[in-house]
This record gives sequence, structure tokens and C-alpha cells, in this order.
Amino acid sequence: MVTLGDYLFVSGLLFTLGFAGVLLRRNLIIIFMSLELMLNAANLSLVAFSRFRTNSLGQPNYDGQVFVFFIITVAAAEVAVGLAIIVALYRARRTTHVEDINSLKF
Amino acid sequence: MNSAAFFFIAVLTLSAAVAAACLRQLVHAALSFAVALVGVAAFYFLLGAEFVGLVQVFVYVGAVAVLIVFTILLTRHGTDENRGFNWSGVVIALAVLAALLWAIMRTPALYVAAQPGVTVTVRQIGEALMSDYVWPLQCVGLLLTAALIGALVLVLEEKR
Amino acid sequence: MAFRCARGNAIPVLLKKSGLAFLHRNVSGFLDQIFVLGKQWLLSFLAGAPDWVGQIASSLLNISALLAVFLTLFALMSLFERKILARIQNRYGPNRVGPFGLLQPVADGIKMLIKEDIVPARADKVVHFLAPILIAAAAILALGIIPYGRNMTPFTIDGGILFFFAVGSTNEVGVFMAGWGSNNKFSMLGAMRAIAQMVSYELPLIITVLPVVMVTGSLTPDAIVAAQGGYSLGILPHWFVFTPWGAVAFILFFVSGLVESNRTPFDVPEGESEIVAGHMTEYSGFKYAIFFLAEYFGMFAVSGLAVTLFLGGWHAPFSVLQFVPSYLWFFLKLGVLLFVFIWIRGTLPRIRVDQMMSFAWKFMLPMAFTCVIAAAIWHYQGRRLSGSLWSLGWIVLVYLTLSRVLGVGKKFAPRTYRFAE
Repeated sequence: MVTLGDYLFVSGLLFTLGFAGVLLRRNLIIIFMSLELMLNAANLSLVAFSRFRTNSLGQPNYDGQVFVFFIITVAAAEVAVGLAIIVALYRARRTTHVEDINSLKF
Repeated sequence: MNSAAFFFIAVLTLSAAVAAACLRQLVHAALSFAVALVGVAAFYFLLGAEFVGLVQVFVYVGAVAVLIVFTILLTRHGTDENRGFNWSGVVIALAVLAALLWAIMRTPALYVAAQPGVTVTVRQIGEALMSDYVWPLQCVGLLLTAALIGALVLVLEEKR
Repeated sequence: MAFRCARGNAIPVLLKKSGLAFLHRNVSGFLDQIFVLGKQWLLSFLAGAPDWVGQIASSLLNISALLAVFLTLFALMSLFERKILARIQNRYGPNRVGPFGLLQPVADGIKMLIKEDIVPARADKVVHFLAPILIAAAAILALGIIPYGRNMTPFTIDGGILFFFAVGSTNEVGVFMAGWGSNNKFSMLGAMRAIAQMVSYELPLIITVLPVVMVTGSLTPDAIVAAQGGYSLGILPHWFVFTPWGAVAFILFFVSGLVESNRTPFDVPEGESEIVAGHMTEYSGFKYAIFFLAEYFGMFAVSGLAVTLFLGGWHAPFSVLQFVPSYLWFFLKLGVLLFVFIWIRGTLPRIRVDQMMSFAWKFMLPMAFTCVIAAAIWHYQGRRLSGSLWSLGWIVLVYLTLSRVLGVGKKFAPRTYRFAE
């Protein structure tokens, strides 16, 4: 039987993978994707909570799902702006390597 | 049956996530990232959250993955990464994992089975969005518009 | 609403009063549900098995029926497309294989199967291999949510319309994989063109669905079809295409559908004269056939959804004709839309990329939003004639303003020709 703990376990693993990607990789785009993975891990745990926690009448609690919906929308906005910044940066510096982008102004 | 599906999806999602974080070839990483997102959507379906699962596929695979792939094509030749390895990063990541797993293991209240037959219909979510969450919804709409305009302004070629 | 339903029942009541009642009730009812009853009969053999076996068997039956019907339709369509195109262009078309060339699809299939499967040496093998599979899978999945007849939806899902678009959006990834995996400039260019146009036209495609979803208050295709049942005065069906907003939304939806399935006036991604065959350049043999199949399945899916949303799904056009089985009506409407697809292909030349993009963003998108507002006006005027007139007025106003702003009626300068010296 799958319990809430199992979902949180998978969610934790996914979060750590994204976290490791952010810490270890040097390419901006990979870092960006890893950030999205971390967001997805959080979303997964939210949906799992909304499924396993019902109110006293046995009705589902959809607040977690609404929250995930908002997170997905905000993530879409973030992706649009973030990728636009990466493209603009690449045009200015011809690189997407984080260690080459270490000055505040150019 | 449910456990088998859970195990299968978990293995698929986690291995795709590993591939997304580790592969050298950027396009391959982006494609496995898309697979990982589909895996998360499959989890949502398994949890009876149809609406969120469909939105996940729609937004992440249809828009985010395509955008990332476009960005990769616009910023070619950036694959050389052999500049040393960040061992402290590995330690920090493992520490975070250990902390998360410790917290999950130590909470016995989490080991409850799901009540059967609890699904949230699209109608319920729509009614929640239009009643309790109508202001956040409007704010998100404003945010999306701002992001659209901002992204356009950022990538516009400057006129010479 | 109430008086409409009362009048709508007039003719069936007449039928029932006359001696046709038996025929009306039993025989046509049986013919209507023959496939559903057949499936139940087949599943009754599994009565003793556990629950999940029955579920899996039921899904498998649905899937195999879906595939059988649409593969046949694909074969027929590929033949009739060539025949009708030939008719339009004043020639015969395929007429050598079998009577009237009816076996041509079989010959084509055998040819495609025994062709050599060439993978370019520098191609990304795995991505190159997976791309056609992903595209075909997406096209087949999208077909699953359409109600083909009374109680004949292959899988009923709560947010069926959302599912259709979610699955359709994975197509873009598949096209990208095909273009990138081929490791060929022209493939990549074609894939980029295809993705750009699919992303642009996905917006009007989805927004024109919104008024229907708003008016019916449901994302389930079955509920949308059910909302279009009933007749005014016993003859005029309550299809959404007969409301002003529905008519405009249907035309916009159909044009966006043309683009989404890469059909001719918008077949820029595979423009033969410009970039060989776009993302399909490096594919041969059976993989190429699968791309072809996915294109046709996408066409079936978009027209099927158009039938479901605007043309009343499986409802009969006149209440007198309700004795004809529902699935026949669905496939008749589907056939008409597919004929229009072929007709447009035989008539219109290919459009330029920049024209196509500006058309999407400057005309289609504002008109789609206009439809949403027009549907709201129609709803709040009580869904009657006055509401129809108000929403029609609103649509005409926006259309005239748009055409004024975009300068559609502008006179072009006389064409000048320059010759090589």
C-alpha cells in the first residue's frame, strides 16, 4: 500500500536531485532546469498532502491543488523571464557558463 | 496494482531527473527533463488530481520544455564543463537529502493509507478559483502579462 | 429553454403515435447501441475475473476499436484525398490497383514497409528513433476523448478538452526531436518553423474553445455534446455553430486546426520547394509512413473535436432523422470536414511565414477573444434572439475595427515586374 510517506520520499529525492544539479552544474540552462525540478518536487508533496488529508466530512481538500496550480503559473512566468535573461546574457557575453559571468556590470 | 504503478512511475521520474541533472549534451538533458515532468504529472493522476496533472503536462511539456529547447538552440557552444568538480556541493546536497529523509522517517503520522475514492473534479477546482482564490488568480494574470512584456523587452534586438 | 424543448419533441411524439413507434424505439435503439452492447457481451465472458482484469480488457477493446476504425479511415482518406485532388486538377488520380484504385492504400503500405529504413550516420540515433513514436502516440491519444456516438467515448475523463490540448502540446517536443535528431539544417529549420507556427496557433485554437466551455460549464466532451441536444421548432438543432459567436469560433477553430495539422495553405514547415520536407527530410520507409499517419490522425482529431464542440457531436441535424444511429451522424460530419480539408488543399496556395504569423497574432487572437465576450453577451441576454443580435453586433464591430486598423481593404500598388538583363 502506498502511503503519504512514500510520496514525500520520492519528492525529497527529486528535490535533492534538483538541488545537486543547481550546486554542481555550471551551465545556466541546466541550473534553470534543476530549479524547475525542485519546484516540481514541492508541488508533488503538496498534491500528495491534498490527497491524503481529507476534512472531517471525508471530502477532499483541494487547497493543495489550487496552490500547485498557482505555482505552475508563476513558474511559467519565471521560465519566460529567466530564459529571456539567459538569451540576452548570451548575446552580450557569448557564454552560458556561470563562472564566466562573475562581474556585476559589463 | 497501485503500488506497482507508483514504483514504476517513481523509477521513471527519478532516473529521468538524474539524467536531466547529469547529461553533458544539453538537448538530451532537456528531453529527459521533459520525461521527468511527465512522470510528475503521472503521479498527479495517480493521486486523483486530474486537473493539476493536465495543467502540468500542458504548461511544462508544451511550453517550458519547448522554451528551454529553443534557448539551447539560441545559445549554442556552451558544453565544455571540465573545470573541476565542486565536492562541497555534493556534501551539501547529501546533507539536505539526509535532513529531508530523517524528517520523513521520524514522522509516524505520514504512514497513513489513502482513503479510497477521493477525487477532486475540475468543477470543484474551478469553483475554488472563482470564489476563494479570485484575487490570487487576478494577480497571477497580471504577473503573466508583466512576464510576457518583460521577456519581449529583454530579448528585443537593440536598434542601431 | 422550456418552450423550445416542448416544440422540439413534437415530431418524435408524432412518430410514436403512429405505427412507427416500435421501429423508433427498438430497432433504431439497438442499432444505435450495437457496439456498446457488443462490448458488454464480450466483457460478460470475464464476469468471474477480478475487477482490474475487466477494466484492462475494457480499455483494450476500446483501444483496438479506435485503432481499427481510424487506420481504416486513414487508408480511405489517403486514397480519397488523391482522388478528390485529381478531380479538382482535372486528372484521374490512382486508378490502377484494384477497382477504381481502391486497393491503392494497400500497395502504398506494402511499398512503405519494404523500403529501406535509412538513418543518417551523424544522426542522434535514439532521438531520431523516438520522434515518430512520440508524435504518433500523441495523435492517437488525442482521438481517445471524442464521443463518437451515444455512450461511445473511448475514455471518459473529467477534463477531456484539457486532455486533448495537453496531449496535443507534446507534439511540439516530438517535432523538435525529429528536426534535431536528424542532424540536418533543413530538418532543423523545418522543425523550428513548425514549432513556431504550432505555438502561435495553439492560442486561438484554445481560446475559441473557451466560449463553448463557458456556455456549457463543463470540460467534458460528453457534457458538451449533451448540451447541444434538442431542436427549436422541431427542425433547427441547438448546435453551437448556429449562434453568432459559435459560427465565428468554429471558423477560427477550423483555421487553427488547419495550421495545427500542417495542412496546405499553412504547410510552411514541410514546404517542399523551400526546405525539402522540413523535419521529415531524413526519414524514410516506415518511419516516414508513421509521420504521415500522425498528420492524418491529427487532422481526424481536430475535425472530431470541431464536430464535438460546434457541430453537435453525434446529434442528428433534424429531429425526424434521429432514428439513424448516432455514430453514423458523427462520421458523416467528420467526413464533411475532412472533405473541406482536401478542398482547401486543392484550392489555396501556400502562405508565407511572416503573413501566417501576423495573421495569427493580429487577427485570429483578437477575434478569438471577441468570441469569448460575444458568448458572455449571448448568455446574459437570456440565450435568445436578442442576445444573438447583440453578440452579432459586437462581433461585427470588432471585425470592422480590426480590418480598419490592420488596413485589410488597402489598395495595393500595381505590380511591377523586373526581368534579368
